[in-house]
Amino acid sequence: MSDRILVGTRKGTFLVHDRNGRWRPSLAGHEGAGVNFVTSDSHSGTLWAALGHGHWGAKLSRSTDNGETWSDANQIKYPQGARYLGMAMPSEDDEGEGFPSTFTLKDATVLKLWTIAFGQAGRIYVGTIPGGLFVSDDGGETFELNRPLWNHESRGGDLFEGEGSGHTHWFGTPASEAGEFAPGIHSIVVDPRDPDRVLVAVSTAGVLETRDGGKSWRSRNQGMLMDYLPDPSAEWGHDPHSVVICRGDPDHLWQQNHCGVFYSSDGAETWKKVSKPEAGVHFGFPVAADARDGKTAWVVPGRSDMQRTTVDGGLFVARTEDGGESWEALRKGLPQENAYDVVYRHALDASGDNLAFGSTTGNLYVSEDRGESWTTVANNLPPIYSVRFG
Amino acid sequence: MAKVELTKHLYAFFPDLEGKQIVVDASTVAEVVDEMEKIAPGFAFYVCDELGRLRRHVNIFVEEEMIADRQRLSDRLDVNSRVFIMQALSGG
Repeated sequence: MSDRILVGTRKGTFLVHDRNGRWRPSLAGHEGAGVNFVTSDSHSGTLWAALGHGHWGAKLSRSTDNGETWSDANQIKYPQGARYLGMAMPSEDDEGEGFPSTFTLKDATVLKLWTIAFGQAGRIYVGTIPGGLFVSDDGGETFELNRPLWNHESRGGDLFEGEGSGHTHWFGTPASEAGEFAPGIHSIVVDPRDPDRVLVAVSTAGVLETRDGGKSWRSRNQGMLMDYLPDPSAEWGHDPHSVVICRGDPDHLWQQNHCGVFYSSDGAETWKKVSKPEAGVHFGFPVAADARDGKTAWVVPGRSDMQRTTVDGGLFVARTEDGGESWEALRKGLPQENAYDVVYRHALDASGDNLAFGSTTGNLYVSEDRGESWTTVANNLPPIYSVRFG
Repeated sequence: MAKVELTKHLYAFFPDLEGKQIVVDASTVAEVVDEMEKIAPGFAFYVCDELGRLRRHVNIFVEEEMIADRQRLSDRLDVNSRVFIMQALSGG
């Protein structure tokens, strides 16, 4: 159970330490810069931060002295010739009605570094917008684009060599630094039993899995349902917000999706919708899995996908201990009036009995009893993008 | 030769440049960025993306004129031009 929390915010990186039973945050770097994700490599102890400088682009930063000092890593860049099919949006100059019937080929540049994950010692994954998975096998000295995923048939095939199929099933998210609509990889799950098995979640496409260390990928969206496309069970087009794995029971995975909470007990072969809208559990961004019990998970629900606020101005965490059959609303210590905290997809984490989450209103909450009760650690942080124990 | 002046915000990332008179041998703005990369490795990716395009919220001026070619930075310099690398007024 970690006694340190790494917090990425819109205006810098904060570390939160448990000092004599009290969690105390302090600014630890990147003051003024957007920090989309900050995490610790348990193999090396290095801290990694995915920055989004408003003016200067996406940058990868690291610290080998627990956040005392930070330096730029060798930067992640799309290789020459990397292209993707994006949706062509109509402009004021367009004549005629409706959307263009074709997709537009775009040159790929890093629009956002969104998430970081670790495999076996020395292997680091970074998920980006516009949908590239970058992999390092030398502890982060160099990164390469995973081309089998980039060239996947679901997004139009190999556009390095030719024009591909001309059609993509990967839609987009406006979550890039400049709001450009493009696909994004926000969740990377490495099977603790087998580092060659990795799942990634793409907004907006769905979940893909490799079992051969990234040489080939296939969809893992069976059982997923969406309510914004004509075919709710189509193979592609899903909008996972966050996907996590139970490290002690890795066939159990959880997905907070735009269209509900989904659970898999067979290694993502199939998903089952376990939302309970009548209990307020349906829409949201983050999900955290218990490290030991595959049937236990936590979410922070919001109201629908239209409002994206707390339910009736009261903040709660929902916990299931039976694989989503039932959910318990945990409110003790959390504000229940005039609270409109929105919790982003990376801003909830669990470590043993400890949980922590942060909101876009700069509030940070910690529980030391599996969510039964909560303590407010900070009220006035910048908007919080990520919360990780480590 | 071109005299290069930077927004002070770039000194946060390249502190060794602070207080220095930067003069580079360049006949275009693109060559200025190339020379700056030699002086301060990593600099080019702060002001340009991986395609060499000027980032959306960065401006470069030659004397008092904003450059015209943000795609390839082909704007030519006169002898002893002053080149200003600035951040645009944007953010929140």
